[in-house]
Order: sequence, then C-alpha cells, then structure tokens
Amino acid sequence: MRLDLKGITKRFPGVVANAGVDLTVLPGEIHALLGENGAGKSTLMNVLYGLYQPDEGEIQIDGKPVRFTGPGDAIAAGIGMVHQHFMLIPVFTVTENIMLGVESTRGPLRALDRDEARRRIEELSEKHGLKVAADAMIEDLPVGVRQRVEILKTLYRHSNLIVLDEPTAVLTPHEIVDLFAVMRSLAAAGTSIIFITHKLNEVLEVADRITVLRRGEVVGTTTPDATDESELARMMVGRPVQLDVTKAPPKIGAEVLKLQGVSVRDDRGHLAVNDLDLIVHAGEIVAIAGVHGNGQTELVEAITGLRHLDQGTIEIEGAHVRADPRHIFAAGVGHVPEDRLEEGLVPGFTVAENMVLNTYYLKPFSDGLSMHREVVHATAEKLGAQYDVRMPSVETDVGNLSGGNQQKVIVAREFSRPLKLLVASQPTRGLDVGSVEYIHRRVVEKRDEGTAVLLVSTELEEVISLGDRIAVMFQGRIVDILEPSEATPERLGLLMGGAHPEDGVVVRAGGSSAASA
Amino acid sequence: MTEIVDILEPQEGPQPAPQRDLLQVVRSVASQLVVPVLSVVTALAVGAVIIILSDPDFLSKIGTDPGAAFGAGFGSVGAAYGGLLFGALGSWDGITESLLSATPLILAGLAVALGFRAGLFNIGAEGQIYIGALFATWVGISFPDLPVYVHLPMAVLAGALGGALWAFIPGILKARTGAHEVITTIMLNYVAYRIVDFMLRQPLLQQPGRSDPISRPILPSATLAPIVEGFRVHWGLAIALVAAVVVSWLLFRSTKGFEFRAVGLNPAAARYAGISISATIVVTMMISGALAGLAGASEILGSNGLLSPGFSPGWGFDAIALALLGGSRPIGVVGAALLFGALRAGATPMQAATGIPIDLVVVIQALVIMFIAAPALVRGIFRIRAGKEGGPAVSIKGWGA
Repeated sequence: MRLDLKGITKRFPGVVANAGVDLTVLPGEIHALLGENGAGKSTLMNVLYGLYQPDEGEIQIDGKPVRFTGPGDAIAAGIGMVHQHFMLIPVFTVTENIMLGVESTRGPLRALDRDEARRRIEELSEKHGLKVAADAMIEDLPVGVRQRVEILKTLYRHSNLIVLDEPTAVLTPHEIVDLFAVMRSLAAAGTSIIFITHKLNEVLEVADRITVLRRGEVVGTTTPDATDESELARMMVGRPVQLDVTKAPPKIGAEVLKLQGVSVRDDRGHLAVNDLDLIVHAGEIVAIAGVHGNGQTELVEAITGLRHLDQGTIEIEGAHVRADPRHIFAAGVGHVPEDRLEEGLVPGFTVAENMVLNTYYLKPFSDGLSMHREVVHATAEKLGAQYDVRMPSVETDVGNLSGGNQQKVIVAREFSRPLKLLVASQPTRGLDVGSVEYIHRRVVEKRDEGTAVLLVSTELEEVISLGDRIAVMFQGRIVDILEPSEATPERLGLLMGGAHPEDGVVVRAGGSSAASA
Repeated sequence: MTEIVDILEPQEGPQPAPQRDLLQVVRSVASQLVVPVLSVVTALAVGAVIIILSDPDFLSKIGTDPGAAFGAGFGSVGAAYGGLLFGALGSWDGITESLLSATPLILAGLAVALGFRAGLFNIGAEGQIYIGALFATWVGISFPDLPVYVHLPMAVLAGALGGALWAFIPGILKARTGAHEVITTIMLNYVAYRIVDFMLRQPLLQQPGRSDPISRPILPSATLAPIVEGFRVHWGLAIALVAAVVVSWLLFRSTKGFEFRAVGLNPAAARYAGISISATIVVTMMISGALAGLAGASEILGSNGLLSPGFSPGWGFDAIALALLGGSRPIGVVGAALLFGALRAGATPMQAATGIPIDLVVVIQALVIMFIAAPALVRGIFRIRAGKEGGPAVSIKGWGA
C-alpha cells in the first residue's frame, strides 16, 4: 500500500499539534517516524487511524483520497495499529484475541469457528516467523509474544500498512532482534510499516527511510545511509546534542550502601529479590541492568524504605536502616522513582509543592504547624532556574508540564539536597534526547561530588554509558558484575536473558552455579 | 530525497514567569464557578418543566388551547420561583430562616469536603451528626451549676468529640485492614441511629414522664442563644463560619493539610515522600467526624433545645452534594450551603402561597447534584470547552483508594 499524508494540520486549543505534515510511505517500506515527546507523532498517527479529524490536509491511499471517521474505516482500508500498551484480553487465548471483532462462525446459530481462525493464524504466523501458541492464554505469555499477537491481529484483518508505536520499549535486546526480523519479513512481503520510536540506533538499523518531526512539523526525510545518530538527534532537538556521556574515571571512596543477603517479596508474596549482596561506594555509579520485572523495582523499594525486607540487612554508611522512607531520606538518600507520575510527583499539586514533597515539614518550609508558602515559592523558583525546568510559573499544576520537565522537577528536588546515596530508577524513561542528555550530565556531576549512585535501567545504552560497574539482574539475583569495558550490548543482552555467555548455562530461579559469578 | 531542511530555530531559553495578575485570578475563579452555577441554572430550568407538566391547568388546556395552557404553565413557574425567592430572601424572617437552615449544612458539608481532599468518601456524616448530638445533649442536660462560659463550650466540644470518636472507627478500620470507608460509614449510620434511640430511652437522658425517646431539655447555660432576639438563627452560624475559616487554613496553609492533600491526590507519592498514609486517614476521618459532630451539637444546643430521633432531615447526605457543589473548597461549601438553606427556608412559604409542594425543592436539589456529578453534560448543554482545572471532579477520587 502506498500512503500519502498531505499537508495534515491538526490544532488543539492553544497548540498546533501537526502543522502541514507531509509523509509518504511506499509499499513494502519500513518508514521510521522519529521525534521527541510532543513532536506530534501520536497526533499524526491518530489522524491516520481515524481517531482525530485533520483540520486541513488529506490522506491518500494508493493515490486516492480517503476520509476516516473512526478506526473502523482505517482498519477497513487496511491500516493496522499496534499500540504501545497492548489491547489484549488476558483471560482469552491467542486465537480468541485475534478473532475478536472479526469472528469466523459456522452453522445457522453462528457458532464460533475457532478451528478456522486457528488455521489462518497458524498460516500467518508460519509465513512471517511470528511464533505463537494459538491456544495459549494471553496472561501466560511474555511481553514479546503478546506483541506478536498484536501484530498477528493486524495481519488477520488484512492490513497492508502497520503502525508500530514504540514497539521496542518493552522488549529485551533479544526480542528486539526477533521483532526486526519480523518487520523485515513483512516488508519483503509488501506490507508497509510505520515504525515510531525515539531510539536512534534502532532507526538506523531497521528503517528504509526516516522522517523526523519536531513541534508538529516535518524537519526532513532521510535514509540511514545518509545520516548518523548525532545528525538525527540534532534534527529532533533542534540543536547539537551530546550523545555520549563524557565522564572522568571515578574516584572511588568508602562503602556507602551495603546489602547483605537481601530477600524481598513482591505484592503477591513471591520472592522478587533473592539473597542479594551488593556494595556501592562513594563516587561511583553502579548500574543495574535487567529486563523489567526481574526484581529491580522491589530492590529499589527495599533500599528506599518502601518495602520491608524478607531477609538480610541494608546498611548506609555502616548504619542499619529501617523501612521508613522519611528515616532514609534523612540519612542522606535521594530517590528518583521508577514512575514519575505514580510515585515521584503529585499531579494536582503545584510545581512548588512538588519541589518540597519530602521536605515540606522541615524548616524553613514549615514551622511545624503551618507552611511558609513564600519560602516554598522562592525555593521552587530558585531550583526551577537552577535545573532548567521550563514552566509558566512555579504555581503551575505539575501535571501540565511535559515529561522531561516533570522529571527535572524530581531531579531538582532530590539532587538539591546533600546526598550520600542517590538511587535513580529509570531516570530517563520516556524522555526525549535533550532531557536524557541533561539528566545524564547531572547524575555524573553528583557522582563526581562523591555521592554513591545506584542506577537502575532497562536501557542498555544508558547502563553502559553511565555505569562504572554494571550489575546484571535476572530473576531476583545479580548474575554478574561487569566493568564497562567488558559490557558489550551482546553480552549484557545474554546475561539479561538468563544465559551465562562463558558456559552457556541458563540461570534458573532458585539458584545455580552461574549466579555467584 | 535525502535532503534535510532544518526549518525551525533552536529552542529559546526559559521564558520569564508571568505574574499572576488580577485578571488571571478573576478568570480562574470564574472558570471554577462555571459548572456549579450552570448546574443550578439547568436544575431550575428542568424544575420549571416539571412544574409545567404537573400543573393541572396546563394539563386540562393543552389539548384544546395550547396558548392558554402554556400561559398557565409559565404562570405557575413564575409563582413557584417567585414564592421560593420571596420566602427565602424577601423578609428578615426569610433571610434569618435561610441562615438557620444553612448552619448544619455548612458544618456537615465541610466534614465531607475535608474527607474528599484526603481521598476519603465519608458517607457517615449523618451518623457522626447523631453521635455528636448525643454527646452534646448529655453534657447540655447535665452539670446544672456550671456558668455559661464553661458549660456551653463544653457541650459544643463534646459534640465534636462524639463525631470524632464515631469517625475514628471507619478511619482505623481503613488504615489497619483496608476496609472501604464508604461501606463502613454507611453501616455505622444505622448503628448510630439505634444507639441514639436506645440512649434516649435511658434515665440518663430521657425526659421524666415520657415513654417515647426524647431527651430532657438543654439547660440554659448550654444553649446557643439567638444572634438577634426575635429571630431563630443562633450562634451556631458563627461556629460554622469560624469552622470554614479553620478548615480553609488547615487544608491550604497548614503542614498537616499538605499531607491530607498529598494523600488525597496521590497516595503512592505521599508514601514515597514519607507521609504516613494510615495516620493521615485516621486523623482526617476524626477531624471530618468532629465537624459533623459540631453540626449535630449546634442543632441541638441552638434550634432544637432537646434531642429526639430523626432530628436531622439528612444533612449528612446533603453534605455530600454540598461538598461536590462547592468543589471541596470551604468557601464553596459555605456558598452551596447558603443556597440549599435558602431553598429549604423558601419552600414552606412557597407551598403556602402557591400550593406547589415542598418536594419541588428536593427535586431541584437532586437535579443540581446530578448535573454537578456530570460536568461533561453541563458543558455539553452550554457548549463550553473543558477547562484545564479539574474542578470538583478531582474530589471524588476516593472511590479507587
């Protein structure tokens, strides 16, 4: 299918989300759509999928103008969408999910014909290397397989153009390789793919052509051969961006954080962190790599007092800590939490109130009884300027800031206190290149001031570029600790997937020889 | 094809923060008032349709002479709303009666609004009113020798204490076991009715010589006197207005209020910030209960002069509507309570003058609540764009918690 978007303009009150966007996707092409958060990628795709009506411009399919009044029209025209958050019913099987809405039936009572559906699914999955068990329950499947189900769903509906919205955000490195193979196979069979991402290396690896959006406008269209990461970053951000983190060798000091035999259970009572030892010294960044859901969340919660230990001890500068966030903050620990809107900020509070979220009860912000709002206001203005938070005023609702600025509010709040230990969990998740660069620089600054830094990230690049030591976590244990020089993406990817590259042993839950390496 | 056109300037630096000038303040206040005011207008309009449709003149003439039928219908609407307005505000009697009706509504509305701010849905204000009244009554009929400046404050505070203790139960249940306060407070309402009924049959409280549940009269030294001699509105109104100021300070100026609001808006972030969720739940419930208890105390010590079952016509439930209508802001709650008080006070004169039943007022109140609960509907009717500010909707997040 050839798709032409011509002069698409979409305005929202006070914002032009798309300003005269032209985009051409050729048959069998993988076309990457690159842009920062808020650049207009989602709006453009919602226009294409019939969720928004463009104010100006038109959509052409194979040269003929079309009008979509809803996703039904778009699907009928052969457009499929794989959302970042999957639209699957966990207690249905793969087959049931795929046939949902376009059920095949047989007999006068229109009974569901699962066999017919299964036959078609198996055929499609065979053809494109999308391996799935057609009768498996969705809730039992790993994320990577669920994504295949989503792709199969679009193929089952005869899509000729598939939009993949940040498909790699939830995948392991190995699964990403598989996904790219599937994308190439689909493209070779004539299906067009729009690949939305903000990861530059992926774009260069898999795309045929790349279109960059910034502030609702097309900055340009290029090919991987004709460009490189720094040029793409410059196009996205509008200024040169330093992609590599430059840092001096660490000046390693005394032990700050010491974990011994730490075991932690998750909300369902399962052992999420299993007998884990770890030491972080002053002046170094220890990066914990791992696929999401291997105990990193629970580990961070235990260190920051949000979760009780099942077993083991945690010491900060030799003193035992108890599971009380306020006690731990007072001991000089800063915490950038995993999910900024879930835990890090109070949407509905102003920026100023969020800047003092964990110090509000201390002088000079409070005299114990009442808050001193002028002091809070002035402090927030000072920190806002110091940490480059872009906002109309510190009395703005923090929920109205962009993701990058929200994260800067958290960074300003946590980094501005005197810290012995900084725990940063996914500090750059979902942020644009410019904000990532900024936050990385601040983390390195903190390290150079002599703070011990524990960084948890699922992004390999982040782990490799920031970590002075890189610990790989798998199923609640640290399976290996690498120096940055030995931490290649391939090696980390294998470790994160549970394989030990030296001996090929797959580490299982419950322990094995490889776990102690 | 690979040509790159850079069409945009590099990002500009941080812009100077604009001052929050008077115009902006006015605009922000106005945007918060839009939905409540339009809800009231819409409710009155629907109320008018109901008046017309239930008007016998209208119904008898609509088949034969539509013009006369609508004339009669609109005449009835005019008479009803005119009667309501005149009854509520047309005389000193009306105005003071409106203020009298508003007094318990202000206190109970503040109780629910405070809970909303901390993410708690206190449906138990009614029960807390009853237990507060019970405590106030006991103090108010005992201690005959105390001077008024000791006895009256004691009785008022006893009311607050009663409400606070009653609300402590759902608070601690939620904090310790996660039991949802909506369920526990509703159930405790029934328990409270029965406790009051039982206690009023005990010699401790019951009027000598009576077999029905009714208390001895409140002693003069514990009575909230009328503010102006000759009118019924009493110093309970002053207590209510002071309470509104105190709650306002508590929520938006005090350190505790910061915790209440943080827990209400995002419990996970509050926990991250080291705020104790369970302590906040218990303390908020108790303060909320104390306010409801004050409503009960003010009514018994002021208007009623004694305690009997069924003395509250459901203030604790109206309070939920008032908190929503007032956007969980103390000033908004006071405004909403004055409106509902006026509707109540105007209803009886309206019925006397026009024969339209008092129930109309209940219908209008219900419609106001319905429209408040569906801001999208009101905005749709009047074609207003959704503002960025959450408005009253934020206050009902308690359901999920």
